[in-house]
Amino acid sequence: MSSISKEKITLKINGTEQQLEVEVWTSLLDLLREQLHLTGTKKGCDHGQCGACTLLLDGKRINSCLTLAVMHDGSEITTIEGIANGDELHPVQQAFIEHDAFQCGYCTPGQICSTIGLINEGKAKTLDDIRDLMSGNVCRCGAYSNIVKVVQEALERSEQA
Amino acid sequence: MRSFTYTRAKDVPSALQDLSSHQDAKFIAGGTNLLDLMKIDVMKPRHLVDITGLGMKSIEERKGGGLRLGALVTNADTAYHEQVEKRYPLLSHAILAGASAQLRNKATDAGNLLQRTRCYYFYDTATPCNKREPGSGCSAINGYNRNHAILGHSEHCIATHPSDMAVGLAALEATIRVTGPQGEREIPIADFYRLPGDMPQKDTNLGEDEIITAIDLPSRGFADNYAYLKNRDRASYAFALVSVAAGLEMDGDTIKEARIALGGVAHKPWRKPEAEAMLVGKKANRENFMTVADAYVQGAAGFKYNEFKIELARRSIVRALMQAAKIDQ
Amino acid sequence: MATDFIGKPKNRVDGRVKVTGKAQYTAEFHVPGLTHGVVISSAVAKGKISKIDTSKALALDGVLQVFTHENTPKQAWLDLSYKDMDAPPGSPFRPLQDNKIRFSMQPVALVVAETPELARYAAMLVEISYTEESFETKLIDNLDRNFAGKGWRAGYEPPKSRGDFKEAYEQAAVKLDVEYFHGAEHHNPMEMHASVVIYEEDGGLTIYDKTQGVKNSQHYVAMVFGISRSKIRVLSPFVGGAFGSALRPQYQLFLATLAALELKRPVKVELSRQQMFSFGHRPITIQRLMLGASADGTLTAIRHSAYSETSRFENYMENVVNWSGKMYKCENVEEVYKLVKLDMYTPLDMRAPGGATGVYALECAMDELAYALKMDPLQLRLKNYTDEDMSKGKPFSSKELLACYRQGAERFGWEKRNPEPRSMKEGHNYVGWGMATGIWDAMQVPARCQAVLSVDGKLKVSSATADIGTGTYTIMTQIAAETLGLPLENVEAKLGDSSMPFAFIEGGSTTAASVGTAVKYVCDKIAENLLKEAAKMENSPFCGADMEDVVFEDGTIRLKREPAVSVAITEIMRNRGLHSIKKKSTVVPNMLKQKSYARNTHSAVFAEVKVDEDLGTIKVTRVVSAVAGGRILNAKTAHSQILGGVVWGISMALEEDSFMDHNFGRFINHDLEKYHMAVNADINDIEVIFVKEEDKVVSPMGVKGLGEIGLVGVASAIGNAVYHATGRRVRNLPITPDKVM
Repeated sequence: MSSISKEKITLKINGTEQQLEVEVWTSLLDLLREQLHLTGTKKGCDHGQCGACTLLLDGKRINSCLTLAVMHDGSEITTIEGIANGDELHPVQQAFIEHDAFQCGYCTPGQICSTIGLINEGKAKTLDDIRDLMSGNVCRCGAYSNIVKVVQEALERSEQA
Repeated sequence: MRSFTYTRAKDVPSALQDLSSHQDAKFIAGGTNLLDLMKIDVMKPRHLVDITGLGMKSIEERKGGGLRLGALVTNADTAYHEQVEKRYPLLSHAILAGASAQLRNKATDAGNLLQRTRCYYFYDTATPCNKREPGSGCSAINGYNRNHAILGHSEHCIATHPSDMAVGLAALEATIRVTGPQGEREIPIADFYRLPGDMPQKDTNLGEDEIITAIDLPSRGFADNYAYLKNRDRASYAFALVSVAAGLEMDGDTIKEARIALGGVAHKPWRKPEAEAMLVGKKANRENFMTVADAYVQGAAGFKYNEFKIELARRSIVRALMQAAKIDQ
Repeated sequence: MATDFIGKPKNRVDGRVKVTGKAQYTAEFHVPGLTHGVVISSAVAKGKISKIDTSKALALDGVLQVFTHENTPKQAWLDLSYKDMDAPPGSPFRPLQDNKIRFSMQPVALVVAETPELARYAAMLVEISYTEESFETKLIDNLDRNFAGKGWRAGYEPPKSRGDFKEAYEQAAVKLDVEYFHGAEHHNPMEMHASVVIYEEDGGLTIYDKTQGVKNSQHYVAMVFGISRSKIRVLSPFVGGAFGSALRPQYQLFLATLAALELKRPVKVELSRQQMFSFGHRPITIQRLMLGASADGTLTAIRHSAYSETSRFENYMENVVNWSGKMYKCENVEEVYKLVKLDMYTPLDMRAPGGATGVYALECAMDELAYALKMDPLQLRLKNYTDEDMSKGKPFSSKELLACYRQGAERFGWEKRNPEPRSMKEGHNYVGWGMATGIWDAMQVPARCQAVLSVDGKLKVSSATADIGTGTYTIMTQIAAETLGLPLENVEAKLGDSSMPFAFIEGGSTTAASVGTAVKYVCDKIAENLLKEAAKMENSPFCGADMEDVVFEDGTIRLKREPAVSVAITEIMRNRGLHSIKKKSTVVPNMLKQKSYARNTHSAVFAEVKVDEDLGTIKVTRVVSAVAGGRILNAKTAHSQILGGVVWGISMALEEDSFMDHNFGRFINHDLEKYHMAVNADINDIEVIFVKEEDKVVSPMGVKGLGEIGLVGVASAIGNAVYHATGRRVRNLPITPDKVM
């Protein structure tokens, strides 16, 4: 007895277009982690309650655990693996290292994608805004103060640019 | 999750057709609550109709004033829309008080209204829940009922509606536009949600065969005097213990009209128009606000772990009205 | 000197792989043919499985097997075989060995399928009927069944009384008798527990496991499944947080191993977030503090008693009350610690186990006593300060707590505090300032390390320890590089592999002192060897030189008295025809030296809260944590560890509560939406101070460990600040808005 139907979709993942056949019940997160072995995007709860699976979908940050891969035919996805420019780290990645904005590192890809998403959104004006708009990414190691420093710095950089 | 079939709808008629021609079918758009519930076997659709291709993604001016929010506009795009921010800041604030930035980027406006309760027992299939499994019993009444209702509950269900956006819309008296096999109809938000009664499995008066196409905002947005106050167990990314959407129409320090909607306290955003009316023609001051707050929570009944919400609701109403009247920033 | 690294604020050496998504955590190891296991959890708290029907699941294409108690081969029968390094006394839980249900969410079946989606679906199709039995899960209703836990447990010290508490308390001029309570908490590391077990052709197993000790997991699998340790390799290079949750091998390891052995296929079992609430928690304690003091604030009597919950099958014990006998000068102390068996899974060490909760109660009681005495809370601590651990009758090996008090208070501005509750207000907020003392053990345990220096000047150091975010990779690298005078880039630290030299489970703040020392020693050995070889070079200026005569820096050995004379390490090796130098070290603590001292870390925590007068909303606006934690190996990662501890303290004080519904005997808020832990918006200013502290006793490098101390005392400082703000003494954590409204 076969369990589930499949659909063909095209996804542009980290700049590369891919033709994929996906089972319709596969989440975007599981597609990345289990089938494409892009494990940089993390699973921390599978219910949109932690933000570890945050990636950029057409430039916007979303929880990839709460969406079906099949619903994103033609979309452009940027995961943590696509943030750096070759060997050159994205300034936000470098800032996470410099400010020690992580410990175990498990929430980090989501925090980084979320930071870039936040900058793209352009809505964070104050320190309180940053804290609120980064609250969808839980860090159990408690690196929040350092994460906020990274975001502040990134915002300043984007204002100068 | 369980196995299901999947189709993509091209337009509203085909979406409705897809829905009615499949057993246990559901629409999916943002998916942020539906998939959450499917993964834990609380919702078990056997067919999903993907409606993300239906358009309904714009915010437009309505004839005679007001805005029309397409059903599939995301929560983020709504909250940050220039006209919404300017004319309906209460709604922007309510939306931004909910969920996280990531979820708001995916969740749609119609989906937000249709999200299910966050009752612990609704979410745990090992426990009885009348909303999930009619007739099985309510575990919350004698269980952990911190995030439960103090108003309008029944012996069958004491769940609350979790949406912040809906609370804002209730205060604004928005109208939900829906389309079904019989054509279009409008449901005032006051009639959209239900009390649990003896049918807690039904959250809203939306027909099983209907689809929400838009949310209409009336022209008045209370943009000068408003507040959205949300109390929760942490500073962000948590559902409301009690929230208050307040809008005032002022003439100097005299109140011409007052709107108060409560969230986190009932199976639906809680309005009490006769209590709001008590403020008409009155001065905006703490004393008058306390009177209306008392009236709002009259008849409220708490349970073991949420009794405090009655007093919290009272105080929150006063605070929100003080903020809306700009007596208290 | 360019190769001087210890103590410096160096970036994490694993930073780059972590920010690029290349660091691989357990569930991310893929092998061809990998199958996926999904655990089914019991719906009831106690009883028996009367029927289990797997036919619908097995009928699906791609479902390989459903393991239940009916088809699982019996494993080792001795309790001893199931005992891991962190096991408390008792009979460890054995998954799928019978039809008995011992706790809610007990694993009752494992569904294995070709894809994760299919396994999850099939799990929904397994039908299970239970015969339910009555159960007890409520500590307070079962106190009459209390007993004193017996048996040995790593790190546990039985309560110890001294003097005559009763008499002293009766005579005391000022008395306090209060009860404190806190809810259960779950560790909830961001990475969920997982194991990937690969069945090798030779019958051996390669296992990726989320663990704080690969040797522990290896030992467990060997003993339980009767496989030679030499055929089992456990790997855990990156751990996405653990905080104690991975100290014991959890049931996913058993289940994945079972399935891999039976199916002879690689199997991955990843728990769901809901299931992260099914295997161990910080236990609820009900504590009572009785304090007696003379009118000048001298403590004359302390009684600290605690009831704590444990499972029916193991006696989980932690040091809850013992701190009250150590922290202050007091002749008469009574400590009582009792367990109550309940129908739940065995509690599990969670960051600062016992300390986070026991010190919480003591330090809030001290604040209450200060008010009863009309004395400044900090003055009360100073008044009763001790350089001796009176419970052991031994001096502290070092205790720079006075410096913590002084520097912390100064930074915080404590002297400006008006002691009167409700005396500070800003708008709608009452502002409160509170403080507390923190303490944790400074322990060193045996550890081994191997180092290999290659002719190209690259060094590899390895030990079977773990880095759960604590920075182990980084400090190993720093210590090795500095000891041999190599650039950081030339050193590669390896860990999380059971084929490496032995290290204990990473817990209790022991790793930096233990593994750090082993790294130092093995590098010292290599250094000695290099010097010996250097001396053998033609016309060597190092001929006859001792280790004391030279320094290792900038990739060279240099004569101290003649710094211009140096030789590159690579040159020595090339010259002597050495391809590599390999050494091993085994370091055991110097018990002889250590046993004469009490060894602890200390802290002083100051907190400011703002409490809304109407709504009860509490915001922790400022925390200053001054820590005396011995020698700091890396100023940056150490700072982060304390920051994290403070965040945990805020979270514990205000939010965390695993709520047990006693109608079901089940933690009912079992996900991350309903179990609240601090988010970014909850965290404001946190300042960390490390006071200078030298200690040659705790460990040869003077390292004390920082994993727990950042948390201890924080919840008390916040609770005390809430009292100062509102005049309301909340003796029940978490302090949610309804409790202060």
